[in-house]
Amino acid sequence: MSDLEQMYQQVIMDHAREAHGRGLVVLDSPHVGESHQVNTTCGDEVRVRVALDGDTVASVSWEGSGCSISQASVSVLSDLVTGESLEHADVTYEAFRALMGNRGVPLDEFREDLLGDATAFVGVGKYPARIKCALLGWMALRDALVKAQKGEADD
Amino acid sequence: MLPDVRHDFPLLSRTVRNGKPLVYLDSGATSQKPHAVLNAEAEFYQFHNGAVARGAHLLAEEATDAFETARADVADFIRAAPEEVVSTPGATQSLNLIANGFAAASDGLGGSEADRFRLGAGDEIVVTETDHHANVIPWQQLAARTGATLRWIGANDDGTLRYEELDTVITDRTRIVAFTHASNVTGVVTDVTAFVHRAQEVGAVTVLDACQSVPHLPVNVAELGVDFLVFSSHKMLGPTGVGALWGRKELLDALPPSIYGGSAIKVVTMETTTWLDAPQRFEPGTQPVAQAVGMAAAARYLGDLGMDNVAAHERRIAQILREGASAIPGVRLLGPVDAPHGVLGIAAVVVEGVHAHDVGQVLDDRGIAVRVGHHCAQPLHRRLGLTGSTRASGHVYTSEDDAQAFLDVLATVPSFFGVTV
Repeated sequence: MSDLEQMYQQVIMDHAREAHGRGLVVLDSPHVGESHQVNTTCGDEVRVRVALDGDTVASVSWEGSGCSISQASVSVLSDLVTGESLEHADVTYEAFRALMGNRGVPLDEFREDLLGDATAFVGVGKYPARIKCALLGWMALRDALVKAQKGEADD
Repeated sequence: MLPDVRHDFPLLSRTVRNGKPLVYLDSGATSQKPHAVLNAEAEFYQFHNGAVARGAHLLAEEATDAFETARADVADFIRAAPEEVVSTPGATQSLNLIANGFAAASDGLGGSEADRFRLGAGDEIVVTETDHHANVIPWQQLAARTGATLRWIGANDDGTLRYEELDTVITDRTRIVAFTHASNVTGVVTDVTAFVHRAQEVGAVTVLDACQSVPHLPVNVAELGVDFLVFSSHKMLGPTGVGALWGRKELLDALPPSIYGGSAIKVVTMETTTWLDAPQRFEPGTQPVAQAVGMAAAARYLGDLGMDNVAAHERRIAQILREGASAIPGVRLLGPVDAPHGVLGIAAVVVEGVHAHDVGQVLDDRGIAVRVGHHCAQPLHRRLGLTGSTRASGHVYTSEDDAQAFLDVLATVPSFFGVTV
């Protein structure tokens, strides 16, 4: 498999074409957070909206425009964290960051299992300029989760 | 005709991405450097390094001579007088230096000779929708600081300028007209005469961004008729960190400086400072001397090739890139294939259904270096309904094979991403 094929694995192409979680959901919940992130080098943008139910990420929806890597990444993350605990979302994010920093080398089995479809992004780690693309949605997710938690604290 | 100069550029012989030969098509962003430039810079440090315009020892003399000779060579390259060429840290700095000079005058600095630069409410500054951010933001901020109004000449659907707006947008209220000599997106060369003619009718100062033209076309400031002209070294085969501002002497001598420090002054007391005439009044502090020497070597290198030959080569590369790109199904070329005043060897393209970063990634995998994104021209991309594009841009070392390699890989992009054309 060439570097290019490793980067654009079929899983990524599929998520880019038929993204999951796309389209912001109107949420009737006091624990909602939303974050808009822009990649200043290319103008790509994503807006992620989340709702918390206790410690559980009850809903993840998003809208955005950008390259196949950024769009597929946010699609995959919405699958990975919806219905999971905040702690699980955190651990998954840390694993994804580690994957991005691993220069194209797969992680250990535990973290590979955790990442599921997101392991397909392994090839992105070889291209420093594209790591930002893959992380854009994660940045929005984390910011949205913080805001949703603050919403709780305000109650 | 231009000889094959590729061997003059050491970087071009390296390989990229698993041993592939490099096809460098990002010269619009920054150009590669020939031995002549690298050697000139190294030689200055190895033999002549000293403080310029300070001190009386031999090295100080040689360094001063090298710096002033460099200024003369750069001036000669654009057919200007050396005292009208200011050494700056780059074209962006050159444009800011002009805009900040207007701002300083508007703040009341510069004495009566700076009256012509004072702006206020009711005054207007005109730019164009096709300009690089560096020739938009300084004017936008100048307007905000002085109460003047920023207006602009719009772009057509194909990214070309709406010349019919010159008479309506540029009026008696217009004080500055800043515009680009050639778009860094469409490559289309501007009808400078049309702008200068209209600006002179209303008595406005003209500022020309020549970053994209000076490296590729013969430029003669007297023929252009503008008041100020800026360009950078690194796009014309020279080092980074240095550039030039050319201006009419009487304007440069009256424009208040906006960066202050040593060497630019006649007399300093604890209360006041008087400035040297141009160009020194704009060159406070220690200058990038080795880089200026390198820039002059680049100017001589291009001069020796002959700018008419360089321009002819540019036309050939433009033709291959632009005709080729516009003929690929699913690919949209930004701007017309050709234009009345010519086009540079640039092709910014959009592959329908594929993001610019993804296009660039496929090209990069084949060893082809291009620019992706908005190329510091967000307003033009927005006007064209885009957030970004993929841009191939050549220079003297760009071969017809390089241009063809870009087109061949570009044609495979839609199918790689499963886009049906």
